[in-house]
Amino acid sequence: MEDRVLVVGGGAAGMEVAGRLARSGYKVTLTEKESLTGGHIRNWFHLFPDRRDSLEVLSYLENQVDHGNITLLTSTDVEGIETRHGSFLARTADDREIEADAVVLATGFDLFRSERKEEYGYGIYDNVISSADLEIMFRKGEIRRHDGEIPQKIGFVHCVGSRDEKVGNVYCSKLCCVAAVKQAMEVREYLKDAKVFCFYMDIRMGGALYEELYRESQEKYGVNYIRGKVSEIAENINGRLIVKVEDTLAGRPLKMELDMLVLMAGMEMSEGGRKIAEYAGLKTGENRFFAPADHHFGSNRGNLRGVFYAGTCTAPMNITESISHARAAAADVIEYLSNGRR
Amino acid sequence: MEKFGFTLLKARFIDYDANDRSIAEFIYSKEPSFRVCIECGCCAATCTTGKYTRFSLRELNILMKRGENSLVRNKIRECMLCGKCTLVCPRGVNTRNVIALAREAYRKEQDNAV
Repeated sequence: MEDRVLVVGGGAAGMEVAGRLARSGYKVTLTEKESLTGGHIRNWFHLFPDRRDSLEVLSYLENQVDHGNITLLTSTDVEGIETRHGSFLARTADDREIEADAVVLATGFDLFRSERKEEYGYGIYDNVISSADLEIMFRKGEIRRHDGEIPQKIGFVHCVGSRDEKVGNVYCSKLCCVAAVKQAMEVREYLKDAKVFCFYMDIRMGGALYEELYRESQEKYGVNYIRGKVSEIAENINGRLIVKVEDTLAGRPLKMELDMLVLMAGMEMSEGGRKIAEYAGLKTGENRFFAPADHHFGSNRGNLRGVFYAGTCTAPMNITESISHARAAAADVIEYLSNGRR
Repeated sequence: MEKFGFTLLKARFIDYDANDRSIAEFIYSKEPSFRVCIECGCCAATCTTGKYTRFSLRELNILMKRGENSLVRNKIRECMLCGKCTLVCPRGVNTRNVIALAREAYRKEQDNAV
């Protein structure tokens, strides 16, 4: 009998792991709760660090899952997993059952809902937008304020929903810094005369080519960096935004009027992942992502034998890391099934 | 001796080894959250005192940790204890207690000196 693998989540990690397993001869069911695969990548315009169009990555991923061994079920929300006679039974929100010999969870992340950081005024002031909203503007090719004016002075607030006990997220989402750098550069490309400011606590440029991008943003795009966490945002009578921050390097409080403000939303464990964790008794960490069996050797495994993890359901990751993590998950699944499920 | 108006300037260095960091140690022992500050400046940005006077809790915190007490001793009394800094701190530092403890420590220091 052919072994069957269920992959939950049709974003970058899920698509990659499904493709790998299908080409190795396994029967794969890939579920995606939305009507289209691709996950968050579908909402981005250009990707860091090389500014490639996200559509290129999407078409790579779509090629991965274009395989006869893959059954793709979109608009399918897996809510829970049960073990039954040594195999697995997944339940969907509309009461369907999917049987499998191994399960890969690739349930990804949710973007932090910026309105939860109320003092930043998302959903209250029209010209406070999120990093995801800005990507939509990029895709449309038009950056405008709510009143239709072209903004001339734009700020980026780092660490919105990350490294912040007040919203319950103590971890660093690690990608928002470089995303802000990329977006700041792109804003300057669209709006040649605009002034752009990034408000940061620390600039974390740990990934490949990130530091180079940061330097380029200063050198070629004139992006300004101000070290301090924004404490609050207000709007004046003219609909301009007032930022309050301490310029910690100058050692003095600073206020600035801006036409538009972009909140760099962090990453959180997805609601879908959380539900499955609760249902199946899968352990999660302090950061609420799936807890790996071992941080060095077992980042694709958890506390339930036969259930594997791929991508950002275990921690914030960029696309490169998600795809690598998914390939590692495929290797773990193959080993597990070919060793008689051990 | 003839005085020519020249004077030796104190070195600009923070003399970490010579400085007395017992005030910071006292605060650490009573309010461990004092250790987790990341110098983001949120406290200072929201501070009403800091709006009108040269008062930055972030700056005072780091000065105490370095033992530069002469710059903190009187300054720390300017705070009105409104607690807005505690509300905004992303690391959950009990900033108001830090200030209260700093004041207590400097008061004790003064009492012992007399």
